[in-house]
Amino acid sequence: MSTELKVVASASGISRIFRGGSNEVRALDDVSFSLHEGKTLALVGESGSGKTTAARILLGLDTPSAGSVEVLGQTLGTLKHEEMRLLRREIQVVQQDPFSQLNRRHSVQRIIEGPLLAFNIGDKESRKKKVIELLEAVGLEKEHLRRRPHELSGGQCQRVAIARALALDPKIVVLDEAVSALDVSVRAQVLNLLRKLQQERGLTYFFITHDLGVAHYMADEVAVMFRGRIVERGTREDVFENSQHHYTIGLLASVPLANPQAVKSNKEQVQTLPSPEDGDACLYRTRCAVGMNRPDCKSTTLTLTKGTATHSWLCHSPQGS
Amino acid sequence: MTNLLSVKNLSISVPSAKGRVSVVDNVSFEIPAGKKIGMVGESGSGKSLTAYALMRLIKSPVSIDGGEIFLNGREILGLSSKEFRLLRGNEISMIYQDPMSALNPIMRVGQQIIESIQLHSSVSKSVARKAAIDLLASVGIPEPESRIDSYPFEMSGGMLQRVVIAIALSGEPKVLIADEATTALDVTTQDRVLTLIDKLAAERNLSVLLITHDLGVAAQFSDDIMVMYAGKLVENGSVEQIFSNPAHPYTKALLDSRCDYTIDVNKPIKSIAGQPPRPDNRPSGCVFSPRCAHAEPKCSASVPPLTSSQGRLTACFRSDELFQVGAVN
Repeated sequence: MSTELKVVASASGISRIFRGGSNEVRALDDVSFSLHEGKTLALVGESGSGKTTAARILLGLDTPSAGSVEVLGQTLGTLKHEEMRLLRREIQVVQQDPFSQLNRRHSVQRIIEGPLLAFNIGDKESRKKKVIELLEAVGLEKEHLRRRPHELSGGQCQRVAIARALALDPKIVVLDEAVSALDVSVRAQVLNLLRKLQQERGLTYFFITHDLGVAHYMADEVAVMFRGRIVERGTREDVFENSQHHYTIGLLASVPLANPQAVKSNKEQVQTLPSPEDGDACLYRTRCAVGMNRPDCKSTTLTLTKGTATHSWLCHSPQGS
Repeated sequence: MTNLLSVKNLSISVPSAKGRVSVVDNVSFEIPAGKKIGMVGESGSGKSLTAYALMRLIKSPVSIDGGEIFLNGREILGLSSKEFRLLRGNEISMIYQDPMSALNPIMRVGQQIIESIQLHSSVSKSVARKAAIDLLASVGIPEPESRIDSYPFEMSGGMLQRVVIAIALSGEPKVLIADEATTALDVTTQDRVLTLIDKLAAERNLSVLLITHDLGVAAQFSDDIMVMYAGKLVENGSVEQIFSNPAHPYTKALLDSRCDYTIDVNKPIKSIAGQPPRPDNRPSGCVFSPRCAHAEPKCSASVPPLTSSQGRLTACFRSDELFQVGAVN
């Protein structure tokens, strides 16, 4: 990502360790990333890779065990309660489940008005005006104002959640698997809507998804996570067209494409992979056709290699080498 | 080729405030022996209910209003539950989306497989245990001798789905229904489980009905594809026909609205306006007509029948003029 763009949020070397008895889970291990104004960073990975933990830390809902997070120039964890509360106006979230993230006893109007009420913004009339403006921005109609979540479809609920997230005119929106529960035809509508809103409002997106197709469509920059680490990071073109880490390559090859011909050629790259084990320098080593036989992948600590100005990877023997 | 499974005019309804409404409407299809059929559609299109009907799992208040299902030449909807129990698991078997809830969490996985083996054949426990170990090995579980004594919580989602597949195959059925069986799995795990089902189907000459909302999964796995929309079967053809030359506007629109990493990111995705109709609010005529870019007055006036067009079955009045092979659209 070019350096001229303003960084609106960044994480430097964050780790998050969950302890339970003698067990220790490194949900995040020395993860760094930056969000650039008006752009989208997609964090992709499989379940348990640490995507959502990263999102929670950025939102200030969890505290890293090490490392620091800055949002709009302020360091999380050093802020007073009221300062943190005000910062939350600038960073909002849309979650995966269209229904459970909305209060089912509230009308659509009350839901979207919620953030305005919490910050005591405007009077009844101006709030209603704002709610209608938001409703139209997300492609819903006035007639939806009085409805409750159970009277809406999944796609409509997700639009309401987006409208609520935009109510305070935030700079950053965290989208945590925000389209994963939607059907194909509805997902396309919501993705197009998110792109349009980003352009109109200069929003910065932190887009968490397990769906590589969605990441490809939405992201300017992509970070691939595996077991708590970012193993590859770069622009969309870097990561999708010039993948370097063997995990990224395996992940892309595993995606079934809706084209019977394309699939057959992909198929050959996929191998049956044994499950990973602990204690290796590269956590992907046991599943990696290349790393399996390289001693340095087991013993030599990895650091993110900067291949180009925008593209870096965590691998001793990347694809291009 | 003989049709192992044949569904004729299946209709299923549910109660609503407006009286009983149809959720599967006059659906007919056939599955030949050894074929893998993918059934695709969005939520509420009637995919799962069709599968439940095949397994005779439709319970009140949902009801089957009409139709016949022939399994190996034998009509099964007319059988008593006692008679069908001899077929369920032995002739036809099903795996579900969530392996964790398909298994008993406080029972060792081996015991659950053994129980199922003994239900289908009268063998001693030690013989059944041996068979269970073989089954676990055949579904690709490493060290089956020790994993047989694991509890479900000790296994990953992909491993659990393999256990569920082992149980489904314990009665040596001819037909396997997989209802969103890989939807809850990560993409690399999904790939391995699909490869496994593919391998088992080839080894055992299984007919597979794979139900999925994921077009990619269906394209990769199936020989033939059925497309469901709002309770109707709208198109049924070979995987190449459906994905390379769709002949129903819904199939075409569904393919256009997909978002995989091969699409052009510089253009908005061609989405379908609106949303699938609720069962109590289905439009007259063609169920897709209100969302269809090619709809004409006749489309909302009467229901297009599923007819042969360009070598496959499609339910659209205009498929011939819209989708001639090679036509630009």
